[in-house]
Amino acid sequence: MIAFLIKRLMHAILVMFVISVLAFAIQDNLGDPVQQMVGQSVPESEREEIRERLGLNDPFLVQYARFARNAVQGDFGYSYFYREPALEVIARHLPATLELVFAATLIIVLFSVPIGVYSAIKPRSPISRLFMGVSIIGISIPVFLTAIVLIQIFAIGVTVTLFPESTGWGAWLNAFFSTEGNMPSFGRGYDLVNVVGNWDTNLATWNGLQHLVLPAVSLASIMLPLFIRLIRAEMMEVLQSEYVKYARAKGISMRRVYFVHALKNTMLPVITVGGVQIGTMVAYTILTETVFQWPGMGLMFLDAINRADIPLIVTYLMIVGVIFVVTNTIVDLIYGLVNPTVKLTGKPA
Amino acid sequence: MSTTSNSSQASASPGRWERVRDSYMWYSFKRDRTAQLCLAVFICMVIAAFASPLIAPTNPYDLAQIDIMSSELPPFWIDGADDRYALGTDAQGRDLWSIVLYGTRVSLLIGFGAVILQALLGVTFGLMAGYLGGRVDTILMRLADIQLSFSTLMVAIVVGALVKATMGSAFYSQYAVMMLILIIGLAEWPQYARTVRASVLAEKNKEYVDAARVMGLRSKRIMFRHVLPNTMSPIFVISTVQIANAIISEAALSFLGLGMPETHPSLGSLIKSGFDYIQSGSWWITLIPGAVLVVLVLSINLLGDWLRDVMNPRLYKG
Repeated sequence: MIAFLIKRLMHAILVMFVISVLAFAIQDNLGDPVQQMVGQSVPESEREEIRERLGLNDPFLVQYARFARNAVQGDFGYSYFYREPALEVIARHLPATLELVFAATLIIVLFSVPIGVYSAIKPRSPISRLFMGVSIIGISIPVFLTAIVLIQIFAIGVTVTLFPESTGWGAWLNAFFSTEGNMPSFGRGYDLVNVVGNWDTNLATWNGLQHLVLPAVSLASIMLPLFIRLIRAEMMEVLQSEYVKYARAKGISMRRVYFVHALKNTMLPVITVGGVQIGTMVAYTILTETVFQWPGMGLMFLDAINRADIPLIVTYLMIVGVIFVVTNTIVDLIYGLVNPTVKLTGKPA
Repeated sequence: MSTTSNSSQASASPGRWERVRDSYMWYSFKRDRTAQLCLAVFICMVIAAFASPLIAPTNPYDLAQIDIMSSELPPFWIDGADDRYALGTDAQGRDLWSIVLYGTRVSLLIGFGAVILQALLGVTFGLMAGYLGGRVDTILMRLADIQLSFSTLMVAIVVGALVKATMGSAFYSQYAVMMLILIIGLAEWPQYARTVRASVLAEKNKEYVDAARVMGLRSKRIMFRHVLPNTMSPIFVISTVQIANAIISEAALSFLGLGMPETHPSLGSLIKSGFDYIQSGSWWITLIPGAVLVVLVLSINLLGDWLRDVMNPRLYKG
């Protein structure tokens, strides 16, 4: 276990090193910081002096060492746009994104497990077929399109006039398919509760929760079908295995066989995939936050790109890198803990 | 997709058509209504998209044919529609039907181009990793692992953003098609590399490989002429999924403003430009290209599902 931990740690450090070199190379090659700092009228000799003072003429490795030393101490430089330390800007936007991801994960877990298990137990039932059909459609809809459709239906409203208004059932059907569209679809709302530091939460008030619903559902919509299909496939495989047949033969209640015996082994690959999908989730937060103007890290990153705010872009990449590396390492550790058959130190088969 | 794989299966010269007709794939295709429908839809869309200069009533790239006065007209089933524009017009007064046709062509072009690039990179690296093994394998697969753990979309967004920031938006939008093919191709090659490597590992200890080696063939020839043909079926299966993914990635990048410019829109940039007008009630500008995108991706995905079921013998039992 300790050997595995050390190996994973070395791997994580190596990955972070690569990311930081890339991030530094980006910072080094994009834009001229001196040009950002001084006006047009400053003569070249003075610019050269500033360059020398800032150490911009030093060799690449010396500059990288300085960058890495500062980064380890939490100093990523100043954002050009916000005129404050880039890390502080990120820290201010982080809670919004984390709450969004948390809410989406909650939706995914709450729906994917029961639906996946049900459609594995009863693969031929019409409800399972419906779920599978809907889930492949769900995979084919890009997250921003789901978000736009949700906005149209629940925030703007749809007035259906497809059925003849004169007949009673026509009017009823029209009313049934029309929506009012009073859900908020823009930002985090006015009713945020400060928890600690710069963490304002959406989860404490009704208004906050309302603002959270559409973005969270959009973000969940892209992962939910994937997990439903994954859980179903794994569960169906597990249900074929000998130990499930044996448990059944012993006369244990079916519910116990399904939810205690089978589900445990179903969740193993789900954990790994879930860990990998966290990376995808961060990518999708950029899209979701753009559609809903959710003031999180993703929207901030996109704004930073449009403003060519290089220190902020670099800091975002580093922080996201840290998030990926940490979650992947934790997932590997959990996987090792819940599945003792995995050879932790050995090479994967 | 399936026609090409059919013909590749039946490579022998006598009775090529007979072999296709007798194959399990054709048998399964004949019985699968969903696959037939999806293939029909997909082929129709590809033909319509690539024939768009002939089919489309207007040329959306030609500024002389655009009339700003007729902007935001609704599609034909809504009151206030104009007969000239069956699906309505967008915010610049471009005919939505024409621009969706042209946009589908751009999306398909980028999707196919990116997948070809991914396949070239991924198959080469996967073959090398699987066949040569050792240090090459470790380095390539570690690289693939790192890239995959970041998710391909994230890599594409970051690379797109950086390229755009370095080169400036004007340059970027001028070469947007090439840029997107490069970005998506570079971001997604690990999928191919992994699949190919796995099947190469399964193939390389078989006797025909030993025989070829004993005959003194160079490893490059063994890799590409002997091992590669036997790893084709998983490549076909992931190719369909990868085309769908590439089209979605392109749409996502365009939606973020890192893709096709509005003057040469793909489906993604049409959705993006329409999204600005959704609050004013013109939902069709964004939702019609959106629906086309979903139908396109869905038909590819369903074809991929069918292909996987046909080509994966493990699933016969279930």
